[in-house]
Amino acid sequence: MNDAISATGLVKRFGRTRALDGLNLAVAAGEVHGFLGPNGAGKTTTIRVLLGLLRADAGQVRVLGGDPWQDAVRLHHRLAYVPGEVNLWPNLSGGEAIDLFGDLRGGLDKTRRAELLERFQLDPTKRCRTYSKGNKQKVALIAAFASRVELFILDEPTSGLDPLMEAAFQQTVREVSADGATVLLSSHIFSEVEALCSKVSIIRDGVTVESGTLASLRHLTRTSVAVEAAGPISGLAGLPGVHDVVANGTQTRFDVDSRDLPGVLRHLAGFEVHALTSHPPTLEELFMRHYGVEASR
Amino acid sequence: MNAYAGTGRLIRLAARRDRVQLPIWIIGAAVLMAAGAAAVADEFPTEESRVTALRGAGGSPAVLLMRGAPVGTDLGAMLNFRNFASMLVLAALMSTFAVVRHTRRNEETGRAELIGAGSVGRHAGLTAALVLAFAANLLLGAALTGTLLAAGLPASGSLAFGAACAVTGMAFAGLAAVAAQLFQGARAANAFAATSVGVAYLLRGVGDALGERAADGIQVTSAWPTWLSPIGWGMEVRPFGAERWWALALPVALLAVCVYGAFVLVDRRDLGAGLIPDRPGPAAGSRALLSPLGLAWRLHRASIFGWVAGSVVFGVGIGSLGASVNDAMTENTGVNKLLNQLAGSGGADLVDVYFAAMMNVFGVLAAGFVVQALLRLHTEEAGGPAEAVLGTAVGRVRWALSHLACAAGGAAAMLALAGAGAGLADAAAGGDEGVATLTGAGLAQLPAALTVAGFVVLVFGGLPRLVVTLAWAALALSIACGLLGDVLGLPQAVRDLSPFSHVPSIPAVDLTPGPIAALTAVAAALAAAGLMLFRRRDLAP
Repeated sequence: MNDAISATGLVKRFGRTRALDGLNLAVAAGEVHGFLGPNGAGKTTTIRVLLGLLRADAGQVRVLGGDPWQDAVRLHHRLAYVPGEVNLWPNLSGGEAIDLFGDLRGGLDKTRRAELLERFQLDPTKRCRTYSKGNKQKVALIAAFASRVELFILDEPTSGLDPLMEAAFQQTVREVSADGATVLLSSHIFSEVEALCSKVSIIRDGVTVESGTLASLRHLTRTSVAVEAAGPISGLAGLPGVHDVVANGTQTRFDVDSRDLPGVLRHLAGFEVHALTSHPPTLEELFMRHYGVEASR
Repeated sequence: MNAYAGTGRLIRLAARRDRVQLPIWIIGAAVLMAAGAAAVADEFPTEESRVTALRGAGGSPAVLLMRGAPVGTDLGAMLNFRNFASMLVLAALMSTFAVVRHTRRNEETGRAELIGAGSVGRHAGLTAALVLAFAANLLLGAALTGTLLAAGLPASGSLAFGAACAVTGMAFAGLAAVAAQLFQGARAANAFAATSVGVAYLLRGVGDALGERAADGIQVTSAWPTWLSPIGWGMEVRPFGAERWWALALPVALLAVCVYGAFVLVDRRDLGAGLIPDRPGPAAGSRALLSPLGLAWRLHRASIFGWVAGSVVFGVGIGSLGASVNDAMTENTGVNKLLNQLAGSGGADLVDVYFAAMMNVFGVLAAGFVVQALLRLHTEEAGGPAEAVLGTAVGRVRWALSHLACAAGGAAAMLALAGAGAGLADAAAGGDEGVATLTGAGLAQLPAALTVAGFVVLVFGGLPRLVVTLAWAALALSIACGLLGDVLGLPQAVRDLSPFSHVPSIPAVDLTPGPIAALTAVAAALAAAGLMLFRRRDLAP
């Protein structure tokens, strides 16, 4: 198998709570993998197990072909990690912190460092205590991306960045991905995941509930369709896979399971359709489908 | 908006956060006081024994430096002589830490920002911290007065003792409030406030050491340096002597000035900013920083320099007084006994015993430094940058060892240089102890300090959540059982629990390699076990 990360049946208990309850995660080498889940779902715990900072109570985990608990130091030469909450030393300057993290990881690329400082517009002479949350994240991001490593593990790395910096971040992820690196990106920002990730895993309560390419996830779900026709469209509700039909004179809206879309289109062909819009489910809708229902339960 | 809006709520919040810590300080002080009172009554039951002891002490500047000026010969006056100065220091430290914790520390962590965004006035945070500190000092004073009354001591002296401690504590709360405005980091504010306690203690000591003896050979009138020190003002209340109640006005005046100044500063500065601003740092990390050891050195060096400088100054002071010990105390059995107890030996030469006792004190200081330095492991891990560091190619053992190396190296430097300083000063004053001997005597304390270090590493590995409490408790017990075991009348088996009980009292006795090797082995075993446990446990979030 050519997976950069593979975890099966991970269990991690903290006292009585089961933070991870049989979680599976597979990230192939070279892919940018989105890792989604609400707060408290176990994303950070998973990442800390992948880094060997926590030991799983059960399950197998391999990172870059090694056991992260046993071989932490050897593996960490080949990966870079950006924590969700970046804590730095108040009296070190940002530049010192970047060099320190880079060096402890096994050295960083000086040219790349200068380029990233410019791109993320970070003043490296400021003391870390004066940095805002976003600036602290920039320190960790620059230290990570200036290292030439095979795997980047990023835990909500852009939660404090402004939209300009978000664009800089996306550009940087594309660059390292083009160079062949693997990226595991835990995020709450759907547009970011949709823009960057080829595959996505969604977890809830310590269990993986969906995993696959964005296209395949969409295929499992419904497309929203809005039709404007000369008159009402009859017979829709009886078709397989059609849900939530709302008719309003000449306007009709409904959702359809993706696999039943062809039949619906053939049915619509029998009407005088003036306009038709359809959009695939956004990642947000996918996500809400998994959590919205559960939340109201 | 009213500048004091929300103060009540913040006081309740601060009191709740400190619901364990402050009672420990207060109850701990009362327990120490009770133990001290019992020990004095036990050791010096007769007026005669006290007169002998105090007469000797009054002739020794070194003892006066450590303890204070004797105010009389009854039981209370003896207790004043033995315990008053340390109680004042305790009140001062409790107050400074509490005020910084609830002011600058809150700003540094961003809690103050969250609170300030609520319907909370600009002065509320500082007011709440001061009110809490005042309340703690009132309770401390009441607890001490109560303990002394319970020990059967006169009411007016007991009241003066408690009041002086409370008021001195409050004055230092005021100083800390100003420091918290001036410095941007809580660490710097704490360091400034704690240093001011140390300087105040030392100034008072110098004033007492230079003081003038009364005709009775017992009472000492302090010289002018004492009057520069808030701790000195507390001492000048002279509980159980002829109490001087008016001296209580001095700390109160300092308090008023400091509180006024702190509030003026609050109005002039932005949240989070200090008046002593940060300079820009280097844009790149220097070679020396870029390793786990380099990082640890960078994090510890300021503290190491401070502790080493303090030890050298203290060492020189101790050394310069050595030669005069002999003149003053040769015939005095009381002081002789006291020093012998501290040194834990019955050596013949009084000067040797004096230096051995002082080296024990340096050993304790080094252990205190080591505990403080190693607790950095805990602060780096819990909500600190350790997660990101251990996410790089740095192993846990290497990371922890880097901090341990700084702690051990700093302690070694403290002890060697304190010993050398004492030796040089002794030679300059005409003594004949020898620089090499006293340097060695200082370093002989290192294994005991390292044993405390080993224990801290063990707890850090095994019981990380309790490490702060257990580390300080271990140090306190080591001091109580080892250094003060004899003074407090503890049985030998209990005293043997402390590493300080096993250090050979050089130069009073000859160097014996056995205990030193054994202590070093124990220290290494404790540390190794701690590192193994740390490697096997989860990292705290």
